[in-house]
Amino acid sequence: MAKSIDVSDLNIYYGDFLAVEGVNMTIRARSVTAFIGPSGCGKSTFLRSLNRMHEVIPGARVEGKVMVDGQSLYDPGVDPVSVRRQIGMVFQRPNPFPTMSIYDNVLAGKRLNAKRMSKSESNDLVEKSLRGANLWTEVKDRLNKPGMGLSGGQQQRLCIARAIAVEPQVLLMDEPCSALDPISTSAIEDLIHELKSDYTIVIVTHNMQQAARVSDETGFFNLKATGEPGHLVEFNPTKKMFSNPDEESTEAYISGRFG
Amino acid sequence: MAGTVQESPTEPDPGGPGGSVVTSGDGGSTGRVGDRVFAGLSVGSAVLIVIVLAGVAIFLLEQGLPALGNSGESAYGKDNIWAYVGPLLFGTLLAALIAMIIATPLAIGVALVISHYAPRRIATAFGWLIDLLAAIPSVVYGLWGINFLALNLVPVYNWMGDNLGWLPFFEGPVPNSGRTMMTGGIVLAVMALPIITAICREIFAQTPKMHQEAALALGATRWEMIRMTVFPYARSGMFSAVLLGLGRALGETMAIALVLPPSVLVSFNLITAEGASSTIAANIANNFGNASGSKVDTLIFSGLVLFVITFAVNFLGRAIAARGQVKG
Repeated sequence: MAKSIDVSDLNIYYGDFLAVEGVNMTIRARSVTAFIGPSGCGKSTFLRSLNRMHEVIPGARVEGKVMVDGQSLYDPGVDPVSVRRQIGMVFQRPNPFPTMSIYDNVLAGKRLNAKRMSKSESNDLVEKSLRGANLWTEVKDRLNKPGMGLSGGQQQRLCIARAIAVEPQVLLMDEPCSALDPISTSAIEDLIHELKSDYTIVIVTHNMQQAARVSDETGFFNLKATGEPGHLVEFNPTKKMFSNPDEESTEAYISGRFG
Repeated sequence: MAGTVQESPTEPDPGGPGGSVVTSGDGGSTGRVGDRVFAGLSVGSAVLIVIVLAGVAIFLLEQGLPALGNSGESAYGKDNIWAYVGPLLFGTLLAALIAMIIATPLAIGVALVISHYAPRRIATAFGWLIDLLAAIPSVVYGLWGINFLALNLVPVYNWMGDNLGWLPFFEGPVPNSGRTMMTGGIVLAVMALPIITAICREIFAQTPKMHQEAALALGATRWEMIRMTVFPYARSGMFSAVLLGLGRALGETMAIALVLPPSVLVSFNLITAEGASSTIAANIANNFGNASGSKVDTLIFSGLVLFVITFAVNFLGRAIAARGQVKG
């Protein structure tokens, strides 16, 4: 199920503005890959280009190649909708559907496939997904209550349950813990460790300790200068990145020295 | 309404850096006078509106209620006042109902195109165009309805009469003028369209981005995204938009006075001249000039009925919109 992603010479534009330039990397299957870097350096933009979500913004486009298991995401014949069904996403702020119950939130993606599911199939899928997101024991008695009634951390795990319910090949996480308290954050980090065995996970984070804790490989993005496009400075195993990085600017950023 | 902008109150600068000693007293007192004047003006306007509304209601009650006992000559030949006002009320509601059935899906579709489908520049221009529909005087709609729309709809009505004639609504016979209930409803639909569209597109555009992205990231198509996020979010707003459009359709006078033949009867046959009952507003416009004595009271009473209905519809619309806002 989990798949690897090969990115080659990827340029990402918003209209005429080049936001991210010349990214090359290979994201391994069944591993956690973290992106770090200062705000506005294009980490999130790059992440969103991996499931064609950046196209939601008018004028956004890419040049270059993104291959998921040998299949190019940006071939003219590829429908972005089917790409997003295979590559799930979790956002910075928890965003369960406000009018839906916890139960319906989990099934929201699955129901898009228009296939009729029997009641017991749905129940099984909801339980499996919520268990997968470590939320089952907390919500099993109130599945029909609105998802918005949960705490922030629970909402975020509900969003993860919703994303894994469609059994994606890759799970993208855009600063999934930045709106959460430390305890919820640690619950999500534990979850990421567990999900790693089934999914390819790519996570953007502002928290360097988090990158060090959860990821196998880390990419450091930076701007060459203000107004210049962001680019990938270094991409290496996390251990190496945090102990002995190849680039001086990586070490400067990780140890808190800028410029 | 939906597009209310919240402005933070601008506080008067307490003593600028230079010359504060000289101007601080003046500046403060000027500000307070300004506040008092503004508060007085706004409270005054609010009170004035309530007084005007109450005045209209009192006038309608005082002049209209005596007509409750009218019959025969003073009720335009009907046995009692309700036999006269009833069919007019029926005509009013029927025309408005047809208008809403036509205008609602159209307005929601147009609002969606503007808020979610069309590229921004085209959407803005298109939005203006729809708003312009609201600026056309209703008498122009009436002339257009009678001289263009009605005539061009005759073949359509003939087809409906031939093929859907088994439905009581489309029995015919179709008049050559095309002046039927259906034509009236269509004209009203076009007139109510801008109101419904404007409110719907404001609400659609306010759907939180993060919920829309959540749906798209799950692999929803644009239409699925709209069904999952935009409609649930906008449901109560859409409902009140339709009720406000209904308010306009109920009270519309000139267009209906021109398009519908002035008759007073109850019929669901939408495509005959004989089946078209006039509406309250149009009937008042047609008859008031020649009315005298107790007939005036009869017409004013029908106005009272319309006032109550319109008021109720608007009130309901606002109440539902308010309830939705608290919930959402």
